[in-house]
Amino acid sequence: MIELVSAAQCIACDKCIEVCPTNVFDRGEDGLPVVSRQSDCQTCFQCEANCPADALFVAPHTHPLPAESYAHDEEHLRRTGLLGSYRREIGWGHGRTPGAARAVGPALSPAGPPLIS
Amino acid sequence: MTLTTDVLVVGGGPAATWAALKAAEQGASVVLADKGYCGTSGATASVGTGVWYVPPDEKAREAAMSSREALGGHLADRRWMARVLDETYERVNELAEAGRYPFPTGPDGTPLRNGLQGPEYMRRQRIRVKRAGVTVLDHSPVTELLTDADGAVAGAAGYRRQAGQPFEVRAGAVVLATGGCAFLSKAFGCNVNTGDGALLAAETGAELSGMEFSNAYGIAPEHTSVTKTAFYNYATFYRADGEVLEGAGSQRGRSVIARTLLSGKVFCKLDLADDAAQRAMRLAQPNFFLTFDRLGINPFTDPFAITLLAEGTVRGTGGIRIVDDGCATTVPGLYAAGDAATRELICGGFTGGGSHNAAWAISSGSWAGRSAARFARALGRGARQVSAAGGAGLRPTRGAKDVDVVEIIRTVQAEVLPYDKNYLRHGDVLRSALRQLDGAWRSVRSDLRAEGASTVTARQAVAMVAHARWMYTSALLRVESRGMAKRLDHPGLDPAQHHRITSGGLDQVWARPEGAAA
Ligand SMILES: Cc1cc2nc3c(=O)[nH]c(=O)nc-3n(C[C@H](O)[C@H](O)[C@H](O)COP(=O)(O)OP(=O)(O)OC[C@H]3O[C@@H](n4cnc5c(N)ncnc54)[C@H](O)[C@@H]3O)c2cc1C
Ligand code: SF4
Ligand code: SF4
Repeated sequence: MIELVSAAQCIACDKCIEVCPTNVFDRGEDGLPVVSRQSDCQTCFQCEANCPADALFVAPHTHPLPAESYAHDEEHLRRTGLLGSYRREIGWGHGRTPGAARAVGPALSPAGPPLIS
Repeated sequence: MTLTTDVLVVGGGPAATWAALKAAEQGASVVLADKGYCGTSGATASVGTGVWYVPPDEKAREAAMSSREALGGHLADRRWMARVLDETYERVNELAEAGRYPFPTGPDGTPLRNGLQGPEYMRRQRIRVKRAGVTVLDHSPVTELLTDADGAVAGAAGYRRQAGQPFEVRAGAVVLATGGCAFLSKAFGCNVNTGDGALLAAETGAELSGMEFSNAYGIAPEHTSVTKTAFYNYATFYRADGEVLEGAGSQRGRSVIARTLLSGKVFCKLDLADDAAQRAMRLAQPNFFLTFDRLGINPFTDPFAITLLAEGTVRGTGGIRIVDDGCATTVPGLYAAGDAATRELICGGFTGGGSHNAAWAISSGSWAGRSAARFARALGRGARQVSAAGGAGLRPTRGAKDVDVVEIIRTVQAEVLPYDKNYLRHGDVLRSALRQLDGAWRSVRSDLRAEGASTVTARQAVAMVAHARWMYTSALLRVESRGMAKRLDHPGLDPAQHHRITSGGLDQVWARPEGAAA
């Protein structure tokens, strides 16, 4: 679930509010996105993929994590490279190569083509 | 807000975007209304899919078609398979050329087009739809259809969640591309898929088909969402005590996992992947590894607990019944595409690992868009008297009591998510589940009245109750095991039941062999 909105990183572009398929965010009075309906979060990582500022972190758990969880420790997420990692891996963002162009996986059967998704 | 258009496309995934593109190409004005955001919403956008992309080589095509016939219980149709292979081949090439999707090149220099990364694919589809002049309404779930005096579909109404206002679109024809139904199980990308299209269609009298093929379950690490399953081909499954779980597997043997999960945990390690495969897997499916990287698990060496999440008709094959090559339904002006429509025509009663769904979404979407545009053009622009077709949740027959929508959702989930009800099916269990579901239906039909923003959740709940009832009514009529519709109490295939099952109805749910008299 969505666990972190970094006020320090966020550039208030509204992108996450716009793209979240299940409408989890609202715009706060200060312009920053607020997680208003966390229980509706479907853990799809789309907000993270679309955030131009690497300001969001979606934990893989489908239930909310406690306050002391790593998912709320911005410093830790930055240090370990987790913040913005999905966007990096799919090659979105200025100067990156789209991951789709590099997506050559293993072939699941000897005669089959490599998996590319 | 009221709009008027030739074609209204309901949904925002691959089926919807291909429908919108092809309708616009025919010169139709098009509105696309998505519950979420066209570009991120729906199963494909988050997941990515293998695609049934087979070059037009006779041998390769023949192999592609024959490989799946038995798995699907011989309910597919060769002519439809061939059309889907043709259309998909052309459309995927269009995506590469006009859509500039960055397909990779294989190690031997051959271009590869047999799969699509979800976020990249759907981002590009959104751009293409907008460039084609389609009016896109995001965060605009459709909650009911509009019909004219003759019963033809003439538009739809819904609620714009972020704008906080109702909307209505008057249209010459409507394409339903709302995806399947995964019952809010939180399977990857699937919580927007609550079976709304089937409900909307049935309320105008449309029929469904193959609703017994509705018990897909995807493997995910416990308490997480990513149900991508291809790489579990490299897995060994273990019991809690570390002993290998015999017979368990991703393709064959998922039911062994389900059975074991009923009484304990199942662990897994992707220990059959060598170094080269491990590196390649990361490139092919970055989203598969999100979970492991964030949990600090090395899936190749560390055993991790797994679960099965219901994907219902998303990776099942049942849906709205199609009656012609243009994906028309039995109701004039109403077309269905993608997971909202039945996929039996190309894969019978089984899908998964075959890339048919993506090919079907592309092909059926394109056909539905084109024929909806033609229908609208033939109709002309004259104003029609319309009335709203929505029943349960909007216009209760009695409206005397408050109905707790959250409780209704819980009731449906209790009957369709558990493995010992929907996966490992038994007639007695299905019958008693159906009684609970019928009770839930009576309650929403007679008393649930939602207004404004709450219509969206109310109608999702209603759609899920209806979906579950068609599923189990059809499953009870199939007194055998065929495709994914397996019955513990009837484990064999019965040649006498080699037919599709049509279903429908709301207050009175019915199911009968296709072609049988009502
Ligand atoms: C984990 C997983 C892996 C898969 N892997 C493969 C694969 O490898 N190959 C393959 O072929 N298939 C695969 N599939 C299946 C494939 O994802 C679907 O068949 C495909 O997404 C169907 O496309 P669609 O457009 O019909 O539906 P979706 O992509 O689900 O889109 C449905 C759209 O309808 C919208 N919607 C829903 N209700 C309403 C409403 N009331 N009003 C307006 N809009 C609405 C949603 O917001 C969404 O945008 C997989 C599915 C899953 C879950
Ligand atoms: S993970 Fe998906 S559902 Fe959750 S907030 Fe982000 S975009 Fe929304
Ligand atoms: S997408 Fe990122 S930068 Fe934009 S508003 Fe959301 S958190 Fe802030």
